[in-house]
Amino acid sequence: MSCQCKCGSGREEDKFAFIDRIIEQYKNQKGSMIPILHQVQQVLGYLPEEVQAYIAEKMGVPLSEVYGIVSFYALFSTQPKGKHRVSVCLGTACYVRGSGKILEELQKELGIKVGETTKDGLFTLEACRCLGACGLAPVLTVDEHVHGRLTTKDVAEIINKYKDVQ
Amino acid sequence: MEMVNITIDGQKVQVPAGITVLEAARMAGIKIPTLCYLKEINKIGACRVCLVEIERARGLQASCVYPVMEGTVVRTNTPAIREARKAVVELILSNHPMECLTCERNTKCELQALAKQLGITDIRFKGENTEFPKDTSSPSIVRNPDKCILCRRCVSVCNQIQGVGVLGTTDRGFESIVAPAFHHQLSEVDCVYCGQCVNVCPVGALTEKDDTQLVWDAINDPEKHVVVQTAPAVRAALGEEFGYQVGTSVTRQMVAALRRLGFDKVFDTDFTADLTILEEGNELLERVKNGGKLPLITSCSPGWVKFCEHNYPEFLDNLSTAKSPQQMFGALAKTYYAKKCGVDPAKIFSVSIMPCTAKKFERQRPELRDSGFADVDAVLTTRELAKMIKVAGMDFAALPEEQYDDPMGISTGAGLIFGATGGVMEAALRTVYEVVTGKTLKDLDFVGVRGLEGVKEASVDLPPLGTVKVAVAHGLGNARKLLDKVKAGEAEYQFIEVMACPGGCVGGGGQPLVGGPERMELEEDYRALRAKAIYEEDKGMPLRKSHENPAVQALYEEFLVKPLGEKSHHLLHTHYTPRVKNQALAAWREKNK
Repeated sequence: MSCQCKCGSGREEDKFAFIDRIIEQYKNQKGSMIPILHQVQQVLGYLPEEVQAYIAEKMGVPLSEVYGIVSFYALFSTQPKGKHRVSVCLGTACYVRGSGKILEELQKELGIKVGETTKDGLFTLEACRCLGACGLAPVLTVDEHVHGRLTTKDVAEIINKYKDVQ
Repeated sequence: MEMVNITIDGQKVQVPAGITVLEAARMAGIKIPTLCYLKEINKIGACRVCLVEIERARGLQASCVYPVMEGTVVRTNTPAIREARKAVVELILSNHPMECLTCERNTKCELQALAKQLGITDIRFKGENTEFPKDTSSPSIVRNPDKCILCRRCVSVCNQIQGVGVLGTTDRGFESIVAPAFHHQLSEVDCVYCGQCVNVCPVGALTEKDDTQLVWDAINDPEKHVVVQTAPAVRAALGEEFGYQVGTSVTRQMVAALRRLGFDKVFDTDFTADLTILEEGNELLERVKNGGKLPLITSCSPGWVKFCEHNYPEFLDNLSTAKSPQQMFGALAKTYYAKKCGVDPAKIFSVSIMPCTAKKFERQRPELRDSGFADVDAVLTTRELAKMIKVAGMDFAALPEEQYDDPMGISTGAGLIFGATGGVMEAALRTVYEVVTGKTLKDLDFVGVRGLEGVKEASVDLPPLGTVKVAVAHGLGNARKLLDKVKAGEAEYQFIEVMACPGGCVGGGGQPLVGGPERMELEEDYRALRAKAIYEEDKGMPLRKSHENPAVQALYEEFLVKPLGEKSHHLLHTHYTPRVKNQALAAWREKNK
């Protein structure tokens, strides 16, 4: 889910109108903060401070509470995500078959660490737990596509493929 | 009240239905150890120290969140429970910095006391000690996340009692700490520095900014003329630091202690509290008569003022322009007093002893330098004063009773009751009544504005002016409720008193700590006990109305001329600044206007 908004432009009504609509859907429902944050992140790609502050204001809860939720769940991000999310499985099966080395190779290839995004905004590198594709171990996903039975030699090729389809 | 029969450690007791096992045990005289629990504030079962066995319940249960039911059978003292509690505390200690000897909370730390109580002599686990930066950004409060045990008491008080909500739990696992959102520093968020978080912290993770060295240095400097003022609520709580029961007033011994510490003059903030009443009372009358902005809202509490600036900028014109008693004192010490006693104001070092951490911030406000210098040079909390007295090696109980110095040590009972919620209102009514009606007030006690109810209301007949409706709120959560009602047009008042801290200044963020266990053992609320001490002292005073204070009268004759006069306006009144709630959102809005 990439960033679709034109961050930094537009009036408040334009930028945050969709947030108002999302919050409206959950009006008076208990425990709605997580689905609201989730939906907003699906649109923006991440949850920057002004967005969290806006949601806190609208919901009448302290920003510290919103941030507490966002910083607790790995799903939420306060940093913009790259166009493609590369996620390496570090589950047991993948790990014993060398996914740690795949991850190392990816960090070298992309020049970033886990959790970071490349300067050109193309790739975000993540590590994840079992994807349920242990038969293909070691596995990584790029966006919704699964790449399995990998060796370190495959890494550059996969990355280049996504650079090309940019 | 519906009652249920339960058994605790073999004792059969009848207790109200719906209370927790912890509370029921307390009623039966059985003390279950606690850590994260704090009466009426935090009840979340987070720390697991209060574990007990409940018959037919699986495993051990946290008694602070387990409700009693008919027939509940509880055991609080078995080998399994003792071992489990010990393990829980050892785990908490496994990544706790072992700096007890040099920790601000040494001997006053609930974790330390608990480790001793549970017989912990060895810690079997070794956790990873993550190091976090200390937050020393604010003039009032220091945050040291390394010492935090994540009990969340501060989060509860900040959110639920104060309605400020700057503290929250962030991240998870070993990275988890209590901090403002986005790990901002306290000075970058809308913290009002009330210090209620410091009061409830069981360990040394939250403390006031220690300014004692600043004061020692001034005292030791022969060039400096060091004057000190003491706020009303300090005398009603300082004794607790020296073993006195909660609710014992130690005014005269405190004066003696200050003199022995080396202060050149020992004055009383009560003096300028009386002065505040004259300025603010007249401001009220003027606004009522001339159709000025109403309700007039008190502005003595710096935590409240900052809260208003962040959250209710639309009420800033309602705030009394009268400075707080601390700041009035500061402005006069370096003008009126300097002149009267022939001391060079540049050599005066003005110290105030406050029950408050926000006063440290107030002192630094750039608009409060009307004497041509910083009006107040250092603010110490009640706790810091106690520390100085201890460092000086004084035997507090053996000190003689001494009097305040003239002229700024002369005060009335009206100035004194500023220390309890409703006190400013009551003091103002005592004076305003007599000024308006021209009659002598027979019963000076306006009991309707006393006590710990969150929001108090009263109407006072002031012929020929008519009936004046007043309201009093203490604790910022209550202030929010009251202001929202006024904003919505659901209530109308002419005069409102707001104090940031629950109970008013007696419950201030700089007062001696009444931690979890002690708080449970007190039959009455500790704030009520301290307030009682203040009201009793007021009752025994020869003068109980601010306008009868001879020193204040002399001040007007010799110097200020009249309330709201030109000199008052210059020295004793101020203005307020709207502040944003969130910098990032405000900046974004500014950019996208």
